[in-house]
Amino acid sequence: MGELAVPLPTEAPAPGRFAHALKHLFFALVVRPLVLVLLGLNVRRRELLPVAGPAILVANHNSHLDTLVLMSLLPGHLLPRVRPVAAADYFLSSRPLAWFSMQVLGVLPVVRGGRRADPTYDPLAHCRQVLDRGEVVIVFPEGSRGEAERMAAFKSGVAHLAAERPAVPVVPLFLHGLGKTLPKGALLPVPFFCDVYVGQALCGGEAPWCDDRKAFLAELTHRVEALAAEGRPAAWE
Amino acid sequence: MNGLPPFLRNLPPVVLASLASIFALLVAATLVVQLLGRVKPGLDLAEVRLRVRSWWVMAAVFSVAMAVSRTISLVFFAFVSFLALKEYLSLIPTRRADRRVLFWAYLAIPIQYWWIAREWYEMFIIFVPIYVFLFIPLRMVLIGETAGFLRAAGTLHWGMMVTVFSISHIAYLLVLPPAAGARVGGAALVLFLVVLTQINDVAQFLFGKALGRHRAVPTVSPGKTYEGLLGGIAVTLVLSLLLAPWLTPFNRWQAAAAGLIIGLGGFIGDVVISALKRDLGIKDSGTLLPGHGGILDRIDSLTYTAPLFFHFTAYLFY
Repeated sequence: MGELAVPLPTEAPAPGRFAHALKHLFFALVVRPLVLVLLGLNVRRRELLPVAGPAILVANHNSHLDTLVLMSLLPGHLLPRVRPVAAADYFLSSRPLAWFSMQVLGVLPVVRGGRRADPTYDPLAHCRQVLDRGEVVIVFPEGSRGEAERMAAFKSGVAHLAAERPAVPVVPLFLHGLGKTLPKGALLPVPFFCDVYVGQALCGGEAPWCDDRKAFLAELTHRVEALAAEGRPAAWE
Repeated sequence: MNGLPPFLRNLPPVVLASLASIFALLVAATLVVQLLGRVKPGLDLAEVRLRVRSWWVMAAVFSVAMAVSRTISLVFFAFVSFLALKEYLSLIPTRRADRRVLFWAYLAIPIQYWWIAREWYEMFIIFVPIYVFLFIPLRMVLIGETAGFLRAAGTLHWGMMVTVFSISHIAYLLVLPPAAGARVGGAALVLFLVVLTQINDVAQFLFGKALGRHRAVPTVSPGKTYEGLLGGIAVTLVLSLLLAPWLTPFNRWQAAAAGLIIGLGGFIGDVVISALKRDLGIKDSGTLLPGHGGILDRIDSLTYTAPLFFHFTAYLFY
């Protein structure tokens, strides 16, 4: 963990009032206008999105825009209580970025492969903390943006989290188009209309996958893939 | 005129009256739909209601864009081009390698509308067909991906012609000065074109629903019939004869020709975009305008009527 510019926080970062004001300003002046004008979203079944925490949003990951778009979809009063889980090696790599991610965006940093280096490291500790405070956690179980508009296998962290908090709804989402607009490695966004498919929530404590993390992860993957199959995305080869 | 808010005072009275009549027409349409709901409770009017509601929003945005200032009007039409190009590029297959090429395509929109703001006719008329046409393949060659090159270059330029070049003719119509001896200039011509094109769409739809028997282009758009086409053209022709003395410099024969051009051109634009959608296997081009579909679904007719009507007018008067 030598490459982190700031130490990993021991408690889930709790932005203060000033940071919350910045967050609201950032979304009102930058994110929402850009999402409205540059992108244009087509959201199917917006009514399935949570209106109160705790909840876990699970989506495929193609672009930095994924987090911002998901956060902008939730009702404004939830904004200070939305916490995206993000890779510490990327978002804590410099002091300004670490401050912006943790304070303004409310990011919960996790160390990728952290348990291999340190068996006592608990990557889910922050998530549990904020869920117990009634907040909303955004997880991208692919673990990386990877190759744009192609889905990778889900990692098991979200299944552990769901099993430990069996009553918290896990909302599956599929995002299309954001990886075309701003893929990994690109600095220049190119406008496209983007699709957001919202699926029915499931809980870690529900009967068929109660205490069975593999079954839960398989079901979650299946639901996101089913959402992906709903659309007929234009080819991007 | 002194009772009007300041931003409306720079509009000619006939333009104001036309905008007012659009809203009168919408009030009538809303009342008819309400009445139909009362008289025939079994009728499913959900889609028609959505459509009329979207018409209200579009009429309001269009009126404000036309009324505030010339700059706002040009920005509005440039934004329509942007939305249409974005919708087109989101629908068609594109290549990963071409992200930067698409960025240049978007950049062509402000440039094209800047020629119009400068009233630089030669650049307006050659920029997309020549310079954009020559530049897109060059930029693609610099990236170096040859697989799918022809399809990528061809589809991109077709989209530029439809969404940027064709639509920008409405904007150039706007900046035209009053023709010799005419009382009103470009804004009135834009209203004439847009109102007639949209009413032609609605009339073709209604005549098709009421009397449609013989399909005009069964493989492209099964809903389009000769009865709808002829009914639409008839309505547009009559309306053109009625409105032309107020909004255009046309005499009676020229007004009749303009009505025919808009009636037939609107039909062709509509079925051309239908063919595109059928090729891509989609029903609507988007979800921007509830009840109508996407922006391309709404401006499909204008992609033909705008350049045809513009050059008809320019040939006769400019």
